[in-house]
Amino acid sequence: MTAEPATRPEPAELDAADRRIINRLQDGLPLVEAPFAAVANELSLSEGELLERLARLRESGVLSRFGPMYHAERLGGGLTLAALAVPEEDFERVTEAVNAFPEVAHNYRREHPLNMWFVLATETPERIAEVIAEIETATGLAVFNMPKQEEFHVRLHLPV
Amino acid sequence: MSVSTCPSESVSAALDAQDRAIILATQAGLPLVPDPWSAVGEPLGLAGEEVRVRMQRMQESGIIRRIAAVPNHYRLGYLANGMTVWDVDDAEIERLGRAVAALPGVSHCYRRPRHLPDWPYNLFAMLHGRTHAEVEAQADELRELLGSACRDHRILYSSRILKKTGLRLAGRSDRQR
Repeated sequence: MTAEPATRPEPAELDAADRRIINRLQDGLPLVEAPFAAVANELSLSEGELLERLARLRESGVLSRFGPMYHAERLGGGLTLAALAVPEEDFERVTEAVNAFPEVAHNYRREHPLNMWFVLATETPERIAEVIAEIETATGLAVFNMPKQEEFHVRLHLPV
Repeated sequence: MSVSTCPSESVSAALDAQDRAIILATQAGLPLVPDPWSAVGEPLGLAGEEVRVRMQRMQESGIIRRIAAVPNHYRLGYLANGMTVWDVDDAEIERLGRAVAALPGVSHCYRRPRHLPDWPYNLFAMLHGRTHAEVEAQADELRELLGSACRDHRILYSSRILKKTGLRLAGRSDRQR
């Protein structure tokens, strides 16, 4: 595929305070009465400045979100990673067919014979197998289902 | 394999209607105000302290991983995002998976099923760097750590985002009383 998508934005200009905020808040907000005041204090900022900067970082898309990160399976839902080997000439059609499923949360092209990788999130674990069967019917391709068998604990932390 | 075979993973039964209301109200994000707990609670008829305590309980039980800033990799300058996949000896994967997850730059690390013969890889680690060279240097470090327990590996770079809507937990509310 040729053009880079509009969904891949340019790196942002960040000052030192923005960087401290991003680094600190990837680790989590404390569950205390005035959580932003507590973090602002750690970072030698005022609460107002921290909130203002956070709002700006979120609006400008530096942060894709700020809030609780829920554990989908523990909420009773189903989650899996799946891949397809899509013939090049069929790529656009298959992309459209796969993306049409509301259960497809993310979908990436990757450079490998298995060139389409998507995450399925469903309301129930049982629904995963049904959606996979429906995607196979819609695309005419075999889905490689790769549910996690074990999660090794990491903290996503991208230093900036 | 499937999460349904792993009952210890599902603690959803322990959630009551108030917890579910808080989840629905915060899945898109937390209000950026001095007292976010009251801001979440107000439309739900819950006191701020009630919201805070319930969210703390959900965090302790692992339903909430953490309340955090989720950066857009690209906007932070992490332009190279590689899904590295490794064919690791099953007898060693527990120990090695934990060691890989502890490396800086690894954002997710999972054991997943092989699909032989097309797909021999059973350990997945997402790596993020400013350049492909940075990701490759991280992958070299992983390769060294895995040693002889690793037979083969690949780096699959994302070349196009085809869809990104995030996980939506909404809709579960209609199954409540």
